[in-house]
Amino acid sequence: MSGVGQAVSGELIGEQQSSTGSAVQIMRRFLRHRLAMPSLVVLVLLLVVCFGAAVIAPYPRGLQDLLLGPTGPSPEHWLGTDEIGRDYLSEILYAGQVSLAIGLAVAVLSTLVGTALGAIAGYVGGWIGELLMRITDLFLIVPAIALIAIIVQGLGPSPVTIVLALAALGWTYIARVVRGQVLSLRERDFIDAARGIGASSVRIIASHLLPNLVGIVVVAMSLSVASAIIVESTLSFLGFGVQPPDTSWGAMLSQAAGYVGTDRVYLLYFPGLFILVTVLCVNFIGDGLRDALDPQGKQL
Amino acid sequence: MITFVARRALYSLPVILVASFVLFWAVRSTFDPLAKLRQVNDPQAIQRAIEQMGLDRSIPEQYLIWLRSFVTGDWGVSSRTGTPVLPLIGEALWPTLQVAFWGLVVAVVIAGAISVFSAVRQYSIGDHILTGASYIGIAMPAFWFGLILIQTFAVWPREAFGLAEPPLFFIGLHSSGSSDPLDYLRHLVLPVSALMIALVATWSRYGRAAMLDALASDYVRTARAKGVPRRQIIWRHAARNALAPFVTVVALDAAVLLGGLVVTEQIFAIPGMGRLFLQSLVAADVYVLLPWMIVVAVAVVICNLLADLGYALLDPRVRLR
Repeated sequence: MSGVGQAVSGELIGEQQSSTGSAVQIMRRFLRHRLAMPSLVVLVLLLVVCFGAAVIAPYPRGLQDLLLGPTGPSPEHWLGTDEIGRDYLSEILYAGQVSLAIGLAVAVLSTLVGTALGAIAGYVGGWIGELLMRITDLFLIVPAIALIAIIVQGLGPSPVTIVLALAALGWTYIARVVRGQVLSLRERDFIDAARGIGASSVRIIASHLLPNLVGIVVVAMSLSVASAIIVESTLSFLGFGVQPPDTSWGAMLSQAAGYVGTDRVYLLYFPGLFILVTVLCVNFIGDGLRDALDPQGKQL
Repeated sequence: MITFVARRALYSLPVILVASFVLFWAVRSTFDPLAKLRQVNDPQAIQRAIEQMGLDRSIPEQYLIWLRSFVTGDWGVSSRTGTPVLPLIGEALWPTLQVAFWGLVVAVVIAGAISVFSAVRQYSIGDHILTGASYIGIAMPAFWFGLILIQTFAVWPREAFGLAEPPLFFIGLHSSGSSDPLDYLRHLVLPVSALMIALVATWSRYGRAAMLDALASDYVRTARAKGVPRRQIIWRHAARNALAPFVTVVALDAAVLLGGLVVTEQIFAIPGMGRLFLQSLVAADVYVLLPWMIVVAVAVVICNLLADLGYALLDPRVRLR
């Protein structure tokens, strides 16, 4: 019985997916995207230089040159040096490890939680769904940055608590998006068919709903990487984020904020530019994925 | 309309109550309200505080005790300043309201203008430049933009041209003792710009989409066929209809705007709610943090209510019930 069910619903899902195209077509559309493809290249490059900093960075981490002190960009130090003569480029690459890792970890965590809870809220509905959605409503009425700062401060600031705090708020957005999509999918014929032949709810969610949610989830995930990187930098700037000796782009900016009005103000520009480029790339990749997965612009 | 407002206010009450309980629970389980007293090491004072706040009871009971005094206007005493919390928040509200008001007004006007321009001249060079700028505005940490503004428009021109004072100020909302409107304006420009950049970027993209939708609709085609002047089609037919969804997006970002104020006030040393929050958080001053959160939550709920009223005003098809 279940074998027949799989065949029938499999066919119907095949039909479902033909509107968005096969994996090869999706890939081809993404590769042709004018902004997404270069962005992907730049982002991969950033990931490689940051996480390969031990090999790639021109100077070892935290190497001080007190005699040199702060200098502007030069052939020896491309982005100059800071107060205590550390090579700023090397510092930025190591700080990028923390910023990027937090961004990615938050995205993965909030996507997993958000997708699971959003799918349950949409598919099961009832009081559980209602309760979940009311919880996401609560997060809309208090400023996220204030709530996150309280959580991080309460738990003690560390990269792990920052990830947890950001994910604790980040899942609500994804859950909302997923629920909306599940509500419309639930009414479709192929779900009725699966239910008609006796498939269990777990099975319907896992093998019929989730495959159809991939597009919307991937796009939401890219947005959550971007916002996590920005919020982390803001948190660190306000003093509630990454604490020394750990460092992130936001923490570096927090230091450099004191250089406004001095001749070392160039130190302010570089970490911010790294954040800007990273978030731009992530957003363009998100746009590219959206266009590739849904060329008619109907669902996403 | 009065029944609508009353109904919505009644509906918002449990939301705020639940939110306040969750916040109370979160703050109580992560912060020690007796931290300050413990430093003094006075067992009697600690015992008195425990009895007063019912700290030996369960969290829901503590919450009820706290709620009773909160509702009756007894908001407690700040452990940081040693002064009552209610006037502390009252004083902080005024500067925040000013910056929020100007930020909102300027952001709506600029985002609206960009939306109409970009939609009417879709795919023109101007549209491409503005769309590109909005991508950058969204991808930038607001505090970084604010710091660059200070360097570019206050610090640099003063040094470069040897001025006695910077053309735009970046500390506080007015020079001490001055009530000159020009002085006020010179203080406002930078914080308002830093506050609104991300909002303008987001809103103009929504607005552009809403405007494009309106321009592609049947009534615009009909108006065009009838020979209605172009200007009138854009402003009276399309823009008015695009305004309703635009207002909804703006109102939903009320909490984002208030969050942005925390950062803006910190950079520009404005003694408002945002600074109060940061100072209280650093000092683990739970007596201020909780009322702060609730005042802000109420403000956001009011904004959402105003948005619904605005929506109904703009779109007569919407009936308020």
